[in-house]
Amino acid sequence: MKKTRSKSSGPKITVYTSWKELPCVPVSAPSKGSIGETGDWRTFKPEIDGEQCNKCGICYIYCPDGVIIFKEGSVPSIDYTYCKGCGICSVKCPKKAITMIRERQ
Amino acid sequence: MAKIKKTLKDKEQTIIMSGNYASAWGAKCSRVQVVSAYPITPQTTVVEKLSEFVDKKELDANYVRVESEHSVMASLVGGSMTGARTFTATSGQGLLYMTEMLHWVSSSRLPVVTTIASRGIAPPWNIWAEYTDILSVRDCGWIIQFASTHQEIFDSVLMSYKIAEDEGVMLPYFIVYGGFTQSHTSKPVRIPSQSDIDGFLPPPPKKGWAHLNLDPERPVTHGNLLMPTQEYLDFRFLIHDSMMKSKKVIKRTISEFKKTFGRNYSGLVEKYKCKDAEAVIISYGAIAEQSKLAVDELRAKGKKVGLFKLRYIRPFPTKELLDLFDSGVKVIGIADRGTAFGNPTGGPVSTEVMSLLHQSKRKIKVLPIIWGLGGRDVTVDEQVNIFNQLIRIKNKNEYPAEKSMQHGSLWLGLKTGA
Amino acid sequence: MLTVKELIQTESTTPELFNAGNSACAGCASILALRWALKALGPKTVVVAPASCANVYIGIWPKASSAVPYINMAFAAGASAASGIVAGYEALGKKDINVLTWAGDGGTVDIGIQALSGAIERGTNFIYTCYDNEGYMNTGTQRSSSTLKYTKTTTTPLGKGMHKKDIAQIIAAHDIPYVATCVATDPQEVYNIYSEAKKIHGPKFIHILSPCAPGWRFPASRTTVMGDLAIKTGIFLLWKQIDGELTVNKRTAKYLDKKKRTPVIEYIKEQGRFGTLNESQVNDLQAWVDKRCDKLARFL
Repeated sequence: MKKTRSKSSGPKITVYTSWKELPCVPVSAPSKGSIGETGDWRTFKPEIDGEQCNKCGICYIYCPDGVIIFKEGSVPSIDYTYCKGCGICSVKCPKKAITMIRERQ
Repeated sequence: MAKIKKTLKDKEQTIIMSGNYASAWGAKCSRVQVVSAYPITPQTTVVEKLSEFVDKKELDANYVRVESEHSVMASLVGGSMTGARTFTATSGQGLLYMTEMLHWVSSSRLPVVTTIASRGIAPPWNIWAEYTDILSVRDCGWIIQFASTHQEIFDSVLMSYKIAEDEGVMLPYFIVYGGFTQSHTSKPVRIPSQSDIDGFLPPPPKKGWAHLNLDPERPVTHGNLLMPTQEYLDFRFLIHDSMMKSKKVIKRTISEFKKTFGRNYSGLVEKYKCKDAEAVIISYGAIAEQSKLAVDELRAKGKKVGLFKLRYIRPFPTKELLDLFDSGVKVIGIADRGTAFGNPTGGPVSTEVMSLLHQSKRKIKVLPIIWGLGGRDVTVDEQVNIFNQLIRIKNKNEYPAEKSMQHGSLWLGLKTGA
Repeated sequence: MLTVKELIQTESTTPELFNAGNSACAGCASILALRWALKALGPKTVVVAPASCANVYIGIWPKASSAVPYINMAFAAGASAASGIVAGYEALGKKDINVLTWAGDGGTVDIGIQALSGAIERGTNFIYTCYDNEGYMNTGTQRSSSTLKYTKTTTTPLGKGMHKKDIAQIIAAHDIPYVATCVATDPQEVYNIYSEAKKIHGPKFIHILSPCAPGWRFPASRTTVMGDLAIKTGIFLLWKQIDGELTVNKRTAKYLDKKKRTPVIEYIKEQGRFGTLNESQVNDLQAWVDKRCDKLARFL
């Protein structure tokens, strides 16, 4: 199977054409994806089994990057654009409802 | 803004004070808001006086007694980023210790003002006047001004904030004077009324500096990585560009100061009897100021000599020097009270002055001089001798005796044996 | 103190103050701790980050992961810059803004210790955090004085010769209002500690053990396992000193009893950073742990 790199792996950067356009100092704005779409880093992808999930929210708590979105009473969803695939959610899930699946691409 | 204590009369007063106290008074009258203090001879009485002002509630500032000079400048980075007006004073080893943070301040474009009571570099210990400390950090992006009189020290602090906080400048500012020769001698200093000063120097903007402010309502990250392909070079250029453009702001501020307070300072340089001078000494600091006496003595005898005093070495007074070169001067002696080991002349400023000579069509002879290191006095007589030496160079191409001339520069007072 | 359930109720709907798509390693315990520290402190917070991983994991200009003002700072100046920020806010009459120094172990225990000691000695009202991944991890795993003995780092290829410097005890000796230790992999505890610290006026010091997958050489998914083992073996002790009163955390208190404590070999063998230790080295580490546990047990 042909491996293709996903597009836009770096952050979108303003292109300046002249030093006159620059601000006085380089200050950065708060944003997601400050290094790019870190979902590209993944080798393994977490998948939540909605049936096993007891909606406890533990995975939401332990995700270092905060990519697990949790609404009380619902199965959490994962923002795969940024999930790095570290696997902590899978280890912490008390119901073993999260499996790490190897990425195909 | 804090109200002035009622017992202080809000009118002009003349007080006899040391150069260090003139610096402290300058900070007080500028209504500085954060002062970071660390003692070092010969600056210590600046921060002592400031702590007295704060304790007596004559200055409404937050006085931080830090544990090292590196922390002095680091804490002023923090303080300035909140939009406060910041101040400190240091000397010699202290200045060298905070060098990393000096760059941090200028690269962050923060208008911190620091007065320097210059002293010799250790080892061996030497606490007396010599400018190598400030000269060794001359390229770090701070405006550097020498104050030759006590009045000038006080006045310069007021002007420095106006220049540094100008939106087109936004660069930190050093005011330099000689350790002990100026820091510990006393002269009368005219302190204008606080309301006149407030009229000349308004407080910092309430929203903080336009380019960088620590405000949770408008969060920014400052200082994160820039890749080589990004505009790091361009941001560094901006610092140089603003420094070069600050010359206009400096001149404008000096003229505003004259309008408000009546005292005139002559811009980036002060020319004393240079108009038709054939031999000129170019130098800086009170030691240069003193050579006006040598000029007068020789002028009385009909010799055409002059003093070209650099008030600023950053930004470098390029145009003023080029004008001097084109004015008909035949020989210049460039005297440094500091060293730059291994550079073409051994003196920091003499090399920089000479770097401009190629732009002049005139042929001018040059004598680089190193004088006054470690607080060694240079008398008026010695300065008269230097002028006479310059005239000998002009007339007969006769340079000083080989022993005092070392590697092309005159090391004045070098012990050369019998 | 919030329970896990209360934590979720309170925080699952608030926006993240440390955004995803940052350049931290996958499974980084430090950003897990920062995420919850910022949630506890809230958006009226300014972070000062001296040189450490925290300078590079926020991404590249013109974007940055922090949703609160975040200042990158020189290595030795973490506490002193914060001291200046606090002074500036006080001078300008700006109240209720938390100032947080987020420093690594290198920037705290080595190059930053002078500024830290000075800042807390003068009673600066700020929170200083040392997230301790036991080495200079930003620059590729060199030893710091907070590295455990026998750890193989690039500057101690045969293993570090000295035991770990106990920075929390050094800071406790400064008699500041609040000193606490915790592990980054216990977000509830991190959140509660910062919520508690936030309400106290004066210098606060929080020491957070931050297991580092690439630096300690274990799979990233096992980051939380390392944190738990650190507590169970007693190799990292959890305690608080509030106004001079030292109390031992309940979890650590249990493991101060040697019979209940996991032997350190269980911790060592999980991590590649120790290489292969011989029996006397393991015993030495165990003896060091035992001695420290016995000392802390006096406060039970």
